Amino acid sequence: MTAVAPATVPVYTAPPWYRRAKTWQMVARYAVAVGLTIIFLFPVYWIFIMAFKTPEEVFASPPIWAPSSLQLNSFRKLFQDGEVISVWNSLVTAGVSTLVAMFFGTICAYSLARFRTGGNNLAIWIISQRMIPPIVIVFPIFMLYAALGLIDSFFGLIVLYTAFNLPYVIWMMRGYIEDIPLELEQSALVDGWSRWQMLWRVVFPMVKGGLFATAVFAFIFAWNDFIFALVLTRTEVTTFPVKVTSFFGQQQTFWAKIGAMSILGTLPIFFAVAALQRFIVRGISLGAVKG
Amino acid sequence: MARVRLSGLHKHYGALHAVRGIDLDIPEGEFTVIVGPSGCGKSTLLRTVAGLEEADEGAIEIDGEVVNDLAPRDRNIAMVFQNYALYPYMTVFENIAFGLRARKFPKPEINKRVQEAAELLDITEQLVRYPRQLSGGQRQRVAIGRAIVRDARLFLFDEPLSNLDAQLREEMRAEIKRLHQDLGKTMIYVTHDQVEAMTLADRIVLLRDGLIEQQGAPLDLFERPETRFVAGFLGSPTMNFVPATLEASDGGLAVRFAEGTTLPLPPTRAQAVRSRAGSAVTLGVRAEHMSRANDAGTREGLAPLNVTIDLVQPTGSRTYATFNLADTAVSAELQAHDVRGPGEKMALLVDMNRIVLLDPETDRVL
Repeated sequence: MTAVAPATVPVYTAPPWYRRAKTWQMVARYAVAVGLTIIFLFPVYWIFIMAFKTPEEVFASPPIWAPSSLQLNSFRKLFQDGEVISVWNSLVTAGVSTLVAMFFGTICAYSLARFRTGGNNLAIWIISQRMIPPIVIVFPIFMLYAALGLIDSFFGLIVLYTAFNLPYVIWMMRGYIEDIPLELEQSALVDGWSRWQMLWRVVFPMVKGGLFATAVFAFIFAWNDFIFALVLTRTEVTTFPVKVTSFFGQQQTFWAKIGAMSILGTLPIFFAVAALQRFIVRGISLGAVKG
Repeated sequence: MARVRLSGLHKHYGALHAVRGIDLDIPEGEFTVIVGPSGCGKSTLLRTVAGLEEADEGAIEIDGEVVNDLAPRDRNIAMVFQNYALYPYMTVFENIAFGLRARKFPKPEINKRVQEAAELLDITEQLVRYPRQLSGGQRQRVAIGRAIVRDARLFLFDEPLSNLDAQLREEMRAEIKRLHQDLGKTMIYVTHDQVEAMTLADRIVLLRDGLIEQQGAPLDLFERPETRFVAGFLGSPTMNFVPATLEASDGGLAVRFAEGTTLPLPPTRAQAVRSRAGSAVTLGVRAEHMSRANDAGTREGLAPLNVTIDLVQPTGSRTYATFNLADTAVSAELQAHDVRGPGEKMALLVDMNRIVLLDPETDRVL
């Protein structure tokens, strides 16, 4: 046996000018990315520190970029004046409407996906309901609610948010349910479970990620809603986005309160998204593939 | 154990008439294999028995009770699916126990039964794992385990082995057969694989376009097919079909091919087709019923045929030699060393006792 000399493979080395150009390209990319991040995060930062500023610091010129101490006065005031209740109002309306929409929406979606309810067109019709711009229907709904005595009630807002979220939930959940292998469901049915038990024990666990992702988006929609809450509430169930605007006065704007309220209003969403992040990312990418 | 009777069963999917009037009687404890090409309605038939599809017409009886309107769970059936249908978020133990939980078995009983099934299927060590951590064969065992723990009266298998590789498929096939021998339950098994059908079945039901083409014991169907479809579907390689005419010769009958070659029919076979003398027929002959003529002489019913081999395919133990007869490629299964190569001229002996003669117009066996 003769030893085989290792073949010399010429290693390609890029010329220096090319490597230099590459380096600069990377630097430029990162610079743009960092710049954009700063632009997007700055308002968040600004509202955040505003909540902790003293009134003098708020109006100081030149502006104070970092407050010298963290003042909790604004928060104390929100609680003392009872204005913080608006965050609770938001939690109740958004939370309950999300739960209701998720429950009924998932069942509807199952029916659409598995029993072909409504043929091919019902699903499209349902999602088309979601495409109506809220501004178009807000005044008719105001008239209706006024007639029904639903203005400024939890029930009224919850019904409205549920109605707006249902098409979205149905559409999304239908996609997730169609992805479940049919045999998993059939096997459970043969094994001795009823259709409802099977929904609970097979379909829900299989679409868990989709359920969470959809619920978060439905919750955020209700949470962010401004126009319905503005028109349909007065004093009893003012939600947090509407409340914040009431701090803009004709004589005075309570910037510190605005900041503090915004923080309180952002935290629930922040925690929800942080906790369910992996489901949300997967949910979005699934939706993207299906189109 | 259960006796199953289907009568006048029809099933439509929109414009597609998938099952077109099936009458079938499956006795207690029998292993029935429903086999046919894809799209013949075999899976639909099985799913109708399970209650996963509704029959449009006809009755499904289990143990004398019409179950058409019973939900799947009330039929006391166990089913094994092609894709295993294991729940990815449950351990193997939970997967197997799933059906027992549905039927509210007490916990100790569930533990006992799952353990027993796991031992029987040799998956005890996998009980704490999740399906994604198992190999294809193990998953299939879990799926079978889930079916057998419940002590159902009827077992349905929907192409359970078609996702496995060839070697595993043979292993699992043997295990399913053993399972049937041990449990003695009525089993209905759907496959498109004729080898699975032949090896497993007490009885084969061959389906074609939503109708039963022929049913019977595997060897019965293999040796006495009633139609060209049955003759061609069972057996590997596929039976050779050669156009020919039937003619009288020396007081007997012979099969004559276009180029003039004739093969005399033995008197016992000639009796049945005497009336067809002079008309066109299709000769069906299996590759294994031809052999190389040797000096040891010949026996009753072997007819000599001189051919020129033009394709040779050795498989190790046997060699397939293809030649041309009446413009048709015909394949013969010879001993490994019987043929040297293409172009070789040789004399073959055709076992005329094993051939089938078909009417070329109706494709039915004469």
